[in-house]
Amino acid sequence: MANLKDLRNRIASVQSTQKITKAMKMVAASKLRRAQEAAEAARPYAERMENVLASLASSMVGQVGGPKLLAGSGSDKRHLVVVATSERGLCGGFNTNIVKAARARINHLIAEDKDVKIVTIGKKGAASLRRDFGTRMARHFDMSHVKHLGFADAGPVTDYLLSAFEAEEFDICTLFYAKFQSALTQIVTVQQLIPASYDADNVTDLGGAAYDYEPDENEILDQLLPRNVGVQLFRALLENAASEQGSRMTAMDSATRNAGDMIDSLRTTYNRTRQAVITNELIEIISGAEAL
Amino acid sequence: MADKLHFELVSPERLLMSRDVDMVVVPGGDGDFGVLTGHAPVVSTLRTGILEVHNDGSEPDRLLVRGGFAEVNPEGLTILAEEATPLADVDREALEAQLKDANEDVNDAGDEAQLLQSIKTRDRLAEIIGVLDLIA
Repeated sequence: MANLKDLRNRIASVQSTQKITKAMKMVAASKLRRAQEAAEAARPYAERMENVLASLASSMVGQVGGPKLLAGSGSDKRHLVVVATSERGLCGGFNTNIVKAARARINHLIAEDKDVKIVTIGKKGAASLRRDFGTRMARHFDMSHVKHLGFADAGPVTDYLLSAFEAEEFDICTLFYAKFQSALTQIVTVQQLIPASYDADNVTDLGGAAYDYEPDENEILDQLLPRNVGVQLFRALLENAASEQGSRMTAMDSATRNAGDMIDSLRTTYNRTRQAVITNELIEIISGAEAL
Repeated sequence: MADKLHFELVSPERLLMSRDVDMVVVPGGDGDFGVLTGHAPVVSTLRTGILEVHNDGSEPDRLLVRGGFAEVNPEGLTILAEEATPLADVDREALEAQLKDANEDVNDAGDEAQLLQSIKTRDRLAEIIGVLDLIA
């Protein structure tokens, strides 16, 4: 039978764990709100940019020799997979889900005999991908110094991607991140960054008129496409930040509840044991008295 | 006054301004151009320069913008700028100090990545100060 003192210690330790998970949940909830606001605030820019890109791209359709960032390099042999995860753990299935999706994709590409290189943002995903694809890791970006994600924080990654594409180190670049839907659901999303993907339905309706381009289409595309990579990346990182906090909040909430359940059942055992001990002592006394 | 132009200024981080104004003068890649309501649809690049927002005949709001695009469509004018600061908030001395630091960084850069990064910062600051020189 469990010792009373041991049970008391267990209860105390589960209680302090519960306090910690509860605090983490509160912190995640407040960070989530901020991350969500940031993600929403960034939406107009990305949307407008997509519109302009879609208008331009659809006017370029059918033309030969468009910019490579839009038309592609003409091959699909070498893939660059960018996996964005968090810098901290204890956020439920957040990192696992992203890594799982990325891993499935990478294995699929390898099976198709493609060249795959991996770039990671955030150390959680990097650690588990390095185990499986150690030789394919091209670069890792550390985001642990970033407190509030700003556009400039996406800069180094964008610069790296663009210069690697310029140097023809890869043909296609896809990005893995988790899109924030609610604190309960985050959707792992795969987005093709290079060549640029766009939704042709987004074209602004000009009511028959056509855009004038200043200086001209190509000049604008040349400037817009690299920026678009940066903006899409930045948006993905913002979504990821919100998802991470949402996932952590949910995970910590259920941890807190679990701890509560555990405390209840430990209490029951404790009380039962205490009763048993008392009963035992009584029996001993009574049988001792009867023996006299 | 006739109809107003709907004007939006957005940075990657947030929507900075959204209101109806009389006219906006945009520092386009091919030269400044004014946009009034009913302007033909245009997409233009931006150069680092001063964006002027005119409204109700009062002194125009002037903003320093860098990097991005202007889009005019039937709904109005949208400026996508990587940076936008009200001119009154631009601190020339601070910028010059930063430029000095950036120059030192370029000289002290350890590896190539650092060098590229610091050159970028330096060029960006030099560009902004160049614009300030022009209007001074």
